[in-house]
Amino acid sequence: MDTLLSVLELKKTYEVKRSLFSSKKEVINAVDSISFDLSKGSTLGIVGESGSGKSTLARCILFLEKPDGGKVFFEGRDLTTLKKSEMRSLRKDMQIIFQDPYSSLNPRKKVYETIGEALIFHGFTDKKGVISQVTDILKDVGLDEDFVFKYPHEMSGGQRQRVAIGRAIATNPKLIVADEPVSSLDVSIQAQIINLFLDIKEKRNISMIFVSHDLNIVRFISDEIIVVFKGRVVESGKKQEVFYNPLHPYTKMLIESIKGDFIKIGFDMKDDIAYGCPYYMRCTIKKERCRNEKPSLIGDDTHKVACFMDG
Amino acid sequence: MKDYIIEISNLYTSFFIDSQVITVISGLDLVIEKGKVFGLIGESGSGKTMTALSIMRLIPPPGKISGGKIFFEGKNLLSLTDKEMEDIRGNRIGMIFQEPMTALNPVIQIGEQISETLMVHKGLSRAKAKEQSMELLRKVGFDNPDKRYYQYPHQLSGGQRQRVLIAIAISCNPSLLIADEPTTALDVATEAHILLLLKEIMAHHNMSMLFITHNLNIMKRFGDTIGIMYAGRILEEAPVDDFFHEPLHPYSRGLIDSIFALRPDEKRLKVIPGFVPRLSELPEGCKFHPRCVYVMDRCKKEEPEFKNLGNGRWIRCYLF
Repeated sequence: MDTLLSVLELKKTYEVKRSLFSSKKEVINAVDSISFDLSKGSTLGIVGESGSGKSTLARCILFLEKPDGGKVFFEGRDLTTLKKSEMRSLRKDMQIIFQDPYSSLNPRKKVYETIGEALIFHGFTDKKGVISQVTDILKDVGLDEDFVFKYPHEMSGGQRQRVAIGRAIATNPKLIVADEPVSSLDVSIQAQIINLFLDIKEKRNISMIFVSHDLNIVRFISDEIIVVFKGRVVESGKKQEVFYNPLHPYTKMLIESIKGDFIKIGFDMKDDIAYGCPYYMRCTIKKERCRNEKPSLIGDDTHKVACFMDG
Repeated sequence: MKDYIIEISNLYTSFFIDSQVITVISGLDLVIEKGKVFGLIGESGSGKTMTALSIMRLIPPPGKISGGKIFFEGKNLLSLTDKEMEDIRGNRIGMIFQEPMTALNPVIQIGEQISETLMVHKGLSRAKAKEQSMELLRKVGFDNPDKRYYQYPHQLSGGQRQRVLIAIAISCNPSLLIADEPTTALDVATEAHILLLLKEIMAHHNMSMLFITHNLNIMKRFGDTIGIMYAGRILEEAPVDDFFHEPLHPYSRGLIDSIFALRPDEKRLKVIPGFVPRLSELPEGCKFHPRCVYVMDRCKKEEPEFKNLGNGRWIRCYLF
């Protein structure tokens, strides 16, 4: 299959002051050399807990945040070398959906303005045609024409997220990045929105990156999964492999927690180490080697893991 | 005869806004057995937090408890004076909130915040309270309490803050602990850690717990009894194992399907159609009927009673 997106050794670091008055700075590797490929029409799930760098990764891929190192190729073009104007016209091919539809929609704009803005900006329609186009898009996301003139405060969370999805698909993008798109919604609404993503994916053949802390949700929608911990990929591969045959102790823990088993884990902060495996302090199968060396991601195209478990 | 720590019967809580009355809890019956965990499950706006606040008598105005009884340790909480209620709140009934950052005071050292409770309710001296606070910090899993005591909330991680809240909640040895979404803001690993800690503490102190969450998965291993709340009512109540083995109410089935089902041959998740109704615009009859797949004529006109099916199972549905 053709590759749509290629991410190579992507890095993003933040500098934080140790304390309010200290001049010493600490460097946090939010995204630490992450690489992956996404082929056309397929969906990649990125799983990780809060602070793992998964949202930063999503934002860096779309250049909403400038990465500090590495490259992103979109249809073979290196995004790091593009001019601002070139990037702007590329934006219509790559869209993002955020977690909280309460804050990602402008409260003072009606639905047709929110969706229509992108349509007009990218030249899909003019002011006259905008209402009918928006109505069509709303139909695709399961909202009827009554919603065209509504404000965000007149809608429920699920309906708002449908509008946000409508805005994202309006420009017929090739890639949609969805950052925790269902985690602020009620359980009974989450399933509806996931089904909507599945519909869109099937109908429009859009590639997706689906970021979530919930492996259970990611598995419904993804073809491939990467598991991120402290800015590094600890496991990646085809969905069936990662979900039914997890190798990394962290992935195993995530899957057990879905089943409702609580695994007791170590929380020894003193063992937080700078050079070794990022999972060292929590790991139940750690060895001496893990303390001093970072395991690299090894394996084949169907399944890779970053762990020294075999020696 | 079973021994109950709390018995709520026919509770009504309403908000009076201008000329409108919005009833957030409507005829709630709930009992918790001593030493057991009652898991109250519901989506946002279903009234689960309002249930907790009603028990604590902390409903913010213009809200008011407008009817019913809450019996706790032989007393009806609703007929106590404010002063008497203060003696129970935080003392006999402890509470843990969802957001540990907002529940703690950011400018007071965490140790002081634990000590405060002990000084107010137990009348301990500052020195004695400090000693006990250190002990509590150790109990919730901090291995260097003498250092932690002087730290501020911002110096702790989310899980650590939640542990401090637990320490405050259990400081006076309450017989009932109310936990309102205590792990929702946390990661799965930290969540497991906190839940195990709560279990340990419960067993050790013979506490009972009202555990409020939207997460059915947690209840599978954690609860003894489960109550499914919707639009201010409990629609189904059952022992946890029976519930997961065979959920009865169409809403419960829908919830479980939308989380657990999706076998390899299925392409889409099963969903509950429609959306959670606003409390100001509740339908006539059964409050779930517009979303129900088994809806009958009768459901649209009159609301079903909360019916006892035996073996601890209760349901509010005409199918049974």
